[in-house]
Amino acid sequence: MRAHLLGIEGMRVEDIHTLLTNAMTMHEVSERVIKKVPTLRGRTVINLFMEPSTRTRTSFELAGKRLSADVVNISESASSTKKGESLLDTAITLASMSPDILVVRHQASGAPHLLARYLSSTCVVNAGDGTHEHPSQALLDCLTLMRHFGEIPTGKTVAIVGDVAHSRVARSNILALSLLGNKVRLVGPPTLVPSDLAHPRCFGNRVTVHHSLGEGLKGADVVMCLRLQRERMTRFFIPSLEEYARHYGVSEKVLRIHAPEAVVLHPGPMNRGVEIDSDVADGERSLVTLQVQSGLAMRMAILVTLAAIRGAGTSESSEGGAI
Amino acid sequence: MKAVVGGYVIDPGGVGEGAFDLFIESGTVEAIAAHGTIVPSKDDEIIDASGRWVLPGLIDIHTHLREPGQEWKETIDTGSAAAVLGGFTTVCCMPNTIPRTDSAEVASYIRGKAAEAGRARVYPIGAVSIGLAGVELAPLSELTAAGCVAFSDDGEPISDSGLMRRALEWARMHDGIISCHEEDKQLSHGGAMNESPLSYRLGIPGMPRVAEDVMIARDIELARLTGGRVHLCHLSTARGVELLRRAKNDGLRVTGEVTPHHLVFTEDKVGLYDTAYKMSPPLREAEDVAALREGLADGTIDCIASDHAPHDPDSKRVEFVRATFGILGLQTTLPIILGLVREGVLTRTRAVAAMTVEAAKCFSLEKLVPGIGTLVKGSPADIAIVDPDRIWTLSSDRIASKSRNTPFLDSEMHGMAELVMVAGKVVVREGRLV
Amino acid sequence: MTQPKHVPREWKEMLDTETISRCISRMSYEILEQEGDISRLAIVGIKTGGEVLGKRIQQRIQQIEGTLVPFGVIDITLYRDDIGVSETYPTIKDTDLPFRVTGSRIILVDDVLYTGRTIRAALDAIMDFGRPQTVELAVLVDRGHRELPIRPDFVGKNVPTSKSDMVRLRVSEMGYQDAVYLVHRGGDR
Repeated sequence: MRAHLLGIEGMRVEDIHTLLTNAMTMHEVSERVIKKVPTLRGRTVINLFMEPSTRTRTSFELAGKRLSADVVNISESASSTKKGESLLDTAITLASMSPDILVVRHQASGAPHLLARYLSSTCVVNAGDGTHEHPSQALLDCLTLMRHFGEIPTGKTVAIVGDVAHSRVARSNILALSLLGNKVRLVGPPTLVPSDLAHPRCFGNRVTVHHSLGEGLKGADVVMCLRLQRERMTRFFIPSLEEYARHYGVSEKVLRIHAPEAVVLHPGPMNRGVEIDSDVADGERSLVTLQVQSGLAMRMAILVTLAAIRGAGTSESSEGGAI
Repeated sequence: MKAVVGGYVIDPGGVGEGAFDLFIESGTVEAIAAHGTIVPSKDDEIIDASGRWVLPGLIDIHTHLREPGQEWKETIDTGSAAAVLGGFTTVCCMPNTIPRTDSAEVASYIRGKAAEAGRARVYPIGAVSIGLAGVELAPLSELTAAGCVAFSDDGEPISDSGLMRRALEWARMHDGIISCHEEDKQLSHGGAMNESPLSYRLGIPGMPRVAEDVMIARDIELARLTGGRVHLCHLSTARGVELLRRAKNDGLRVTGEVTPHHLVFTEDKVGLYDTAYKMSPPLREAEDVAALREGLADGTIDCIASDHAPHDPDSKRVEFVRATFGILGLQTTLPIILGLVREGVLTRTRAVAAMTVEAAKCFSLEKLVPGIGTLVKGSPADIAIVDPDRIWTLSSDRIASKSRNTPFLDSEMHGMAELVMVAGKVVVREGRLV
Repeated sequence: MTQPKHVPREWKEMLDTETISRCISRMSYEILEQEGDISRLAIVGIKTGGEVLGKRIQQRIQQIEGTLVPFGVIDITLYRDDIGVSETYPTIKDTDLPFRVTGSRIILVDDVLYTGRTIRAALDAIMDFGRPQTVELAVLVDRGHRELPIRPDFVGKNVPTSKSDMVRLRVSEMGYQDAVYLVHRGGDR
C-alpha cells in the first residue's frame, strides 16, 4: 500500500483524479459556518519545515486543523539541526512521538525519500524538496485549472516559463500535467531550460523545450510563470534580471499577441516586472487568487486521503516508494 | 620450500597460460614448470591448486586506507586484510589521509603500519600539492625517497594548470607519475551525480561528463609539453577513453585505469536517491559503460583499480547531496571482473593482466620489486589461487573493511580468492584470513 | 429501454421491485401522517443508497401532497469512526444541504440500517450545518445487529440476517432492476 506522498512521479492518473475530486469536496467544507470536520480527530500532523515557507506551511497547518488533527509546526530555526543533528535523527526523534503524518519541506532533493525509507510508521508528505518536487503545489495547480475549466485539465497546451532547471514546482507540474494528457512546453534560456529536459528519459515525450518566448507561448491555453531567484545570477545562469525580463518577462502585450486566450498561474511569491508583469498578475486572466484557495482544499484532500489508507500511520505501511 | 601444484596458471606478463607447478623458496618463485615435470620433495609443503586458477597476486594502484586520521572508516590493518581477501597482494594508497601524505613522516608512518599488519604490500602515493590544497607543490623528491610510488591529489583535481605543469616537470627527475582525479570543479560545481536527463528529473545538481573530459584533455597536452607521465584515475566517460586512445597513438606517456563499478553500473542505479551509488566520478550512462569496456578490452585503458573508498554509515545515511562519495572495492573487484569474463567482455588473459602486470607498469612497480605482477622465476611469491566459479555471499561478517558502504552487501558473489600468499607467506586460506 | 444489468447469480433476492415500491409508498404516507405540517420538512439521503431512496420518497410525497419538500445529500466519509481501513484512495463525495438546517424537521434516509455507525456519523455531519428541530430516520431495510443506541422511525422491512451476511440494494438509477439482495460473505464482487 502506498502511504506516502513523495512526488507526482510514480502516481497513477486515477490517484490524481481521486485527489482532485476529493479536493473539490473539501472546498465545500471551507464554505460552511463550522469550517471543521472531525475526520482526523486524535491524529497528529507534524509540519517539519527546514526551509522558510509561509504559504505552504500555513496551508498545511490550516488543512490539518480543519480536519481536527493536532498540528505541530517545527521550523528550521527551532529544530536541533541548528545544533548539528542530522535530518534523519531529527525525524526519528519526531517519529518516536508517533505522529500520523510528517509534512516535510527541505532544501535537499530526495530528503522526504530518505525519511520514508527509515520511518516505518509515519506517513511522509513532501512539501517541497530542493529542486526536485513539490507535489501538493502541482496538484493545487491542477485543481485551480479544474475549477477554471470546469473539468480535469486534459488536452491543453501548458507553457511553463522561467527557471525550470531549479524549480520543484515545474517538475511536479510537468509530471502531473503530462500524466493528465496535456502538452507541456518549457520556455526559457538554455541556461535555465536545458534541452535534457525534453529528453524522453527525463519527463517522457509530452514535453518540448523552447528558447523563444513567442514560440513557446503560441496558442497556449495555460501559462505558468515560475519565480526567478536572484541567486541564479551568481552562477552565471543569467546576466541580469533586466536582461532576463527583456526576453522572458510575461506581459499582457506578449500574451495578446501569442496566447490571447491563455490563463496565467504563478506559484508565488512573484517578482513583478521580472518574470511576470503586474498587468498580467492582477489582470483578468490571472488565477493566482484561485490558486491560494485551492491550496487549502488540496492539502486537506491530501491529508484525508492518505490517512484513509489502511496501514498509513502503522507499521504495515510500505517501504518508501513514491506515493 | 612450498609447491603449488595442479593449478591452471594465468600469467600474462610472464609464463603465459597453462598447467604449471610453482616452487617457492624464501619468498620468491624458485621455479615454474609444466605440471608434473618437477617432483616435489617430501619436505615440501604441497598446496593443491587443482581445478583452480593460479594468478600473480592482484595489484590495486588506487585504494583509500584512511589511516592516519580516519581510523573509524578504515585502517591499514583492516584495509590490507580486505585487500588480501580480495586477492590483492599489493595496494597503493591515496594521500588524502589526515594529515595528508605530503611529507616523508606520513609516508614512513604508513609503511610502518603496513609492516606491522604484515599482509599485503602497501605503497603510499604522495600528494602533488601541500595539504592537497592545490596551492604549493609538495616535496616530490622527499616523498619519492620515502617510498611513494606516484603522486596524486585524488579526491580533488589539480585545478591550477600551472601547478600541474610544474609537478610534471619536477616529477620527471624521478620518472615520477602524476595520478589525476580529473574534474573541472567549476563545471561540476556542487554536483552529486552524472548530469543527464535523469539528474534533471531528480533535481540533483549534475557533474557533466565534460568536467572530466576537459581536464583529461588539459593533462594530455601538459604531458605532451613536459614529457612527464600522467596516469588518469577512474575514467568514466566515453570521450575520456577516446582522448586517452589518441594520446597513446601520439606516443605520449599517459596511462589510465577504470573501476569495476564504472564497468557494470549506470546512473540509473541512483534510483530514488540511493547514496550507496554516489561516487566520484559519478556513474554515467550506457554508452560510457560500453566505451569503458571496449577501451579496457583493447588495452587503451591499462588497468583496473578498485578506488576502494570506505565510509561510515552515518556519512551515507543523509540527504543525497550531503552523502560522501565512494564505495568499497577491494573484496568485490575480482568477482565483478570475473563476471565480465563470463559475459565475454574481457578475455581472462586480459582481465588478469589488467589487475596485475599492467597495473604494476602504470606505476613502474617492477623497478621496486623486480618481477612483480608476474610468476616468472625470481618474481616475488605473491600469488592468488582463485576458484572462478565459487559462489559465496558478501555478508557483513565476511567484509574485513571497517566500513560497509557497498551496494553488494549480502549479494551473491561469483568467484573467490581461496588462497593468497604474499612473499611466500600464506595470508588467506579457504577464503579466510590466516 | 436497455436490458437491466445482472447481479451475481449467488445473490439471493430479499425484496423485489414491487415490494420496494410499496415500502416507499407506505413510508411516505407514514411520514406525512406523523409530521402533519410539512412546511419545515426536509429529506436528507446518505450517499449513495440513501440518496436514491430519499429522492423517491421526496417524489412520492410530491405525488400525494403536491409539494416538493427540500432534499439534500450527505457523504459521511469525513465523519467515519474507522478512517484508515481503505485499501485504495477513497473518493469523498459531495455533501449538499440546500436548505436552512436550523429549525428544520429532517427525515434522514438510508438504504440499510445495520450497526448504526453510519447514522451516528450522519447525525454529526448534519449538526455541523445547523441545529435541526428534529431528525427522524427512515430506512428501507433494518437488518438488526445494532452497535449503538439508534432506532429507525420508519422502516420498509425488518429482515433478520446473520452478521456474516451483506445486504445490497440495486436500483434502476444504477442500471439494475430495483431489488434488495442478501449476499453471503465472499459472494459479493
